[in-house]
Amino acid sequence: MSAEYESVIGLEVHVQLKTKSKLFCGCPAEFGAEPNSNTCPVCLGLPGSLPVLNEQAFLYGIQIALALNCRVAGRLKFDRKNYFYPDLPKAYQISQYDQPLSSGGHLLVEMKEGQKKIGITRAHMEEDAGKLLHEGRAGSVVDYNRAGVPLMEIVSEPDIRTPDEAYAYLTALKAVLQYVGVSDCDMEKGSLRCDANVSIRPKGETRLGTKVEIKNLNSFSAVKRALQYEIARQIDAAEKGETIFQETRLWNDERALTLTMRSKEEAHDYRYFPEPDLVPFTVSSDWVEDLREDLPELPAARKERFVKDYGLSEYDASVLIQDKDLGNFFEECVTAGAPPKRASNLIQSELLGMLYERGETFHAMKTTAAGIAGLIRLVENGTISGRSAKDVLADMLETAKPAEDIVREKGLTQVSDETVIAEAAKKVIAANPKPVEDYKNGKEKSFAFLVGQVMRETKGKANPALANKVLKELLG
Amino acid sequence: MKMDIDRIAALARIKLKAEEKEKLAADLGNILSYVEKLSSLDTENVPPTSHVLAIENVFRKDVQTPQRIIEEVLAKAPEREGDFFKVPKVVEGS
Ligand SMILES: [Zn+2]
Repeated sequence: MSAEYESVIGLEVHVQLKTKSKLFCGCPAEFGAEPNSNTCPVCLGLPGSLPVLNEQAFLYGIQIALALNCRVAGRLKFDRKNYFYPDLPKAYQISQYDQPLSSGGHLLVEMKEGQKKIGITRAHMEEDAGKLLHEGRAGSVVDYNRAGVPLMEIVSEPDIRTPDEAYAYLTALKAVLQYVGVSDCDMEKGSLRCDANVSIRPKGETRLGTKVEIKNLNSFSAVKRALQYEIARQIDAAEKGETIFQETRLWNDERALTLTMRSKEEAHDYRYFPEPDLVPFTVSSDWVEDLREDLPELPAARKERFVKDYGLSEYDASVLIQDKDLGNFFEECVTAGAPPKRASNLIQSELLGMLYERGETFHAMKTTAAGIAGLIRLVENGTISGRSAKDVLADMLETAKPAEDIVREKGLTQVSDETVIAEAAKKVIAANPKPVEDYKNGKEKSFAFLVGQVMRETKGKANPALANKVLKELLG
Repeated sequence: MKMDIDRIAALARIKLKAEEKEKLAADLGNILSYVEKLSSLDTENVPPTSHVLAIENVFRKDVQTPQRIIEEVLAKAPEREGDFFKVPKVVEGS
């Protein structure tokens, strides 16, 4: 980014709540049903139908609000947001306007430079719209299965300054939502969606610039790329003296740019008014406190615990807790007997990378926490070297066999027999007169090279400590 | 009470003829001035009412009650394509 400008970013996240039924009717809220099969007079907006609030969705909403350190409103209501669009059968969306479920929260975000606090303006409940499909058709078609599905809209303060911070905020938010356990948070299924507002201003300026809304962001990395593009576009326009219009732009991932959404002629005027079909709601502080007590351990608390109880570094702990299931997996490894630091290292430096290369997630991988603990045990008791452990792990992911079996079948058991290692060391010394010479002249690096050669000669099976010792003696 | 009848018509997505505009402007004007009477009341210490019923916290349990009415509804839709509702082409962006 140009040194003279800073960007101001706010994010609006919509998260689908994991209820069985929709927000105001008993239609199944699940993803992937036959088109329009989960619909009824209420969610199709047929005359005479009346919405009734899903209690579970309401409780989930309050729990999200609490997990985001928001103040839960004592009294709240729902409002109609009016606009015409074919994905909206009633021509209004039931949302919340001036008395939202909650407001005034914050989220702590881990940046390389340290923690940053991002404010949360409000988190309110609303119903989802249907899904429009256009592809390969003369007209558009609509599936209303999603219409009426419960959502929480979480609006951040414009506290975010860089695309990286936006990415970190989303990661942290997703982790909190996942821990609360009220959403799948699956962007591919649309259960987590994000729109971004971004403007630029000269550094030191306190007023906000003209903000542009970016939609069609289908992944966290798309959010980051779209913001990078849009910030550069705005700075470029500003430097050329062009006007930046307040508008909505769509991110085009293939072409890696944002494009103006064809603007409707009339300005947006949602004409909010209280939803007369729903009564107001009050939430007592006792009720809020009960729900707060029901909250599970949240990412920040878990991170602290990992540092304190397992002796992990702040960084290692923050990687492990980012995904609830990954944190669970780590703890299962520990329960299965793996020393915490070793388990953390193996997961972070080997397992996650291997899974990434295989295009797998650890949810679907073939090994278990007990399997990983078994592998670590073999390294701990000297049966295999750390180097072999890598190969064994790769095999475990391929074949689902326990580490012991792979070690036995492949003959990877570490060689701790001095005579065998000495044999290999002699060969290495004979084949590498130059490094031997260098070492004798005080070049320590050559020794590491020679140890490496011994490891290679023994196909990685030599006990590294013994290889060191034997080489030193032979070169002595 | 002045109002922009064209804007209201645009927001409501209806097309009005000139004489309809005139008639509606007069009707809406009457309705608004009638409602305006309320502003003569002193509501300084009266909290806003969002609902006329003195009840609150009406919930339903999170239970699925599938209705399977879609065939009936689609049969009455202006246009359908398989199990989808068909609408005029809506294009976002370019
Ligand atoms: Zn329904």
